[in-house]
Amino acid sequence: MDMEKLKRRSRYALVFAVLSAAFFVIIIWNINTGNVHISVPEIFKILFLGSGDTTEYSIIWKIRLPRILMAAILGGALSLSGFLLQTFFENPIAGPFVLGISSGAKMVVALTMIYFMGRFKAVSSYTLIAAAFIGSLVSIGFILLFSRRIRHMATLLVAGIMIGYICSAITDFVVTFAEDSDIVNLHGWSLGSFSGMSWSNVAIAAAVIGVAFVFTFLLSKPIGAYQLGEAYAQSMGVNIKAFRVMLILLSSVLSACVTAFAGPISFVGIAVPFLIKRCLNTSKPLVVIPGTFLGGAVFCMLCDLIARMAFAPTELNISTVTSVFGAPVVIVMMLRRQKGR
Amino acid sequence: MGDYYVKLKNLVVGYNGKPLLSDINVGIGRGEIVTLIGPNGAGKSTILKSISRQLKLLGGSVLMDGNNVHELSYKALSRKMAVVLTERMKPELMTCHDVVATGRYPYTGRLGLLTAEDERKVEEAMEAVHAEKLGCRDFGAISDGQRQRVLLARAICQEPDIILLDEPTSFLDIRHKLELLAILRRMAKEKQITVIMSLHEIDLAEKISDRILCVDGDAISHYGRPEEIFKEEVIRELYGIDNGFFDPCFGSIELPKPEGEPEVFVLSSCGTGIPVYRRLQKENIPFAAGILYTNDVDYRLARLLASEVIAEEPFQEIREETFERALAVMKRCKRVIDAGVTVGPCNRRMEELLKAAENPAGPGTGGFSA
Repeated sequence: MDMEKLKRRSRYALVFAVLSAAFFVIIIWNINTGNVHISVPEIFKILFLGSGDTTEYSIIWKIRLPRILMAAILGGALSLSGFLLQTFFENPIAGPFVLGISSGAKMVVALTMIYFMGRFKAVSSYTLIAAAFIGSLVSIGFILLFSRRIRHMATLLVAGIMIGYICSAITDFVVTFAEDSDIVNLHGWSLGSFSGMSWSNVAIAAAVIGVAFVFTFLLSKPIGAYQLGEAYAQSMGVNIKAFRVMLILLSSVLSACVTAFAGPISFVGIAVPFLIKRCLNTSKPLVVIPGTFLGGAVFCMLCDLIARMAFAPTELNISTVTSVFGAPVVIVMMLRRQKGR
Repeated sequence: MGDYYVKLKNLVVGYNGKPLLSDINVGIGRGEIVTLIGPNGAGKSTILKSISRQLKLLGGSVLMDGNNVHELSYKALSRKMAVVLTERMKPELMTCHDVVATGRYPYTGRLGLLTAEDERKVEEAMEAVHAEKLGCRDFGAISDGQRQRVLLARAICQEPDIILLDEPTSFLDIRHKLELLAILRRMAKEKQITVIMSLHEIDLAEKISDRILCVDGDAISHYGRPEEIFKEEVIRELYGIDNGFFDPCFGSIELPKPEGEPEVFVLSSCGTGIPVYRRLQKENIPFAAGILYTNDVDYRLARLLASEVIAEEPFQEIREETFERALAVMKRCKRVIDAGVTVGPCNRRMEELLKAAENPAGPGTGGFSA
């Protein structure tokens, strides 16, 4: 058994080492590439010594660095939100996007934006996060109503997808009739993008998501119990009602934050937790929670790099890229489950 | 209801506020094994779920060591009660060791890390169910028998005073059924853990339980020691068996006997008749058996399977009227089978019967010897 433990631990260490290495390499690579090419020594000089060419300095500090950090933070949040929803619904295909939670958040954010833009010509990040949070909770509320009536997993997903469509339809409707100046703002956002992030955005996202992450990590133990099913979890002393409320609130905060800043992003929430669990070869929340966060960060940074560079100077929507990589993972996952039966 | 360890007082159980069973009053001593028996859908699981607090009570209370189970904190309860459920769980990527280790949940700290002490208890629990070699195996890839043992180990390492098991032997083959029940028995007696479970195998229930609770869909029809419960009428009524038989002595269940006038007369003693009876029953040939002492093992089965049994009180010489009756029945039969009779001083007249069978003057002639 001790041998086995050692093997497991070294596997965890290896996965985390590889992910961390990838994290830093991709940051540098991301800063390095773009319309203006900045060499690696130059990057280090600018980042750590604070000196160098002024144009390059401002490109890095004002555009590329906040953007890449935001991609990392939001990517992690999105994956973690997916992991929590999968735990909650005991369904590996659950995620903020498929369950219509992102779309619900998007709808309320769009309405809020149009209202605030029309009246005050500006919206604060906090307002947007709050709007997204409310939208997420509304969607989840509907899903919970459905899930009480239907126990079947596939039906639940169909319900989520339908909610997603309804919310998107409403969003499209209001966008169509919004004023021109709003549309420009809304359109890019509603398709999902990490572009145009400011340091204040990064700070707010980091604070909100950081707190949610800590709470989630502290829930590792009951999450582990819940993986055996609700009845077993209760018999181990988990207060199921309180625990379920916590799960819903945390996953909503996490996905709301992402939607508020970057719009809806698809598949990350399903694909990353799945891949990370396979890599770690465990579903122990104590390692899967940080692993998923780090994995989501790496995945989204890489996707953002591709979104920026693949057809430069034209930028792709982030969801376009995440779907290309994420959807096949989900298909593989479903095929494997089928085989497992 | 004196000093019982677990008491169910005026319990009313059911789903969604609709009572299914009411007036359940049961007392269980420490370290006792109580088995719930009864037909499918009678409410065995409902009772277990109500005790374990998965279902809200609709009335009454579950007392454990004087504490109301439904008023304890979940945490406090988890140190006293563990469960093994029927629902098949499919945790992803968990080894058997991981699954068993979740039993330590009530004792670990904030992050659920196992101490060396916890690890030792996990190992012990796995040894207790003979699953020590399964530790590294993926829980999803082991057999049903192994899975039930691992789940039992999980419950054991929760160190409860009481374990509830919902149909723990379903899906198991006979060897694994016996193995699991033997483990339960040992655990209950050695560690004084009270076991409450539901079983479909009434034959095994009779053998393992200290007390039996009969659940028949409307009420608790009986509660008591197995010897009080396992009577032909009780079981027949509980399960609504009208085309089969239950022998409380061995807990065996028999298919219905062939109906009609006996066509074959079986002479036997000391168990030699049993294979013959079974074969005749399978061929659906009504038969008579005799002359059997009522303490003969053949008698126990003949009673259930033969359309006519000619019996004699134990250790008595065969009386004239018994002999005459046997002879009369034998004459009506087309065939006589001598399955092997041991003749002693009391049953010497059996020899006469055998001779009568061989005598071609009678309608029946000597058949084959089984």
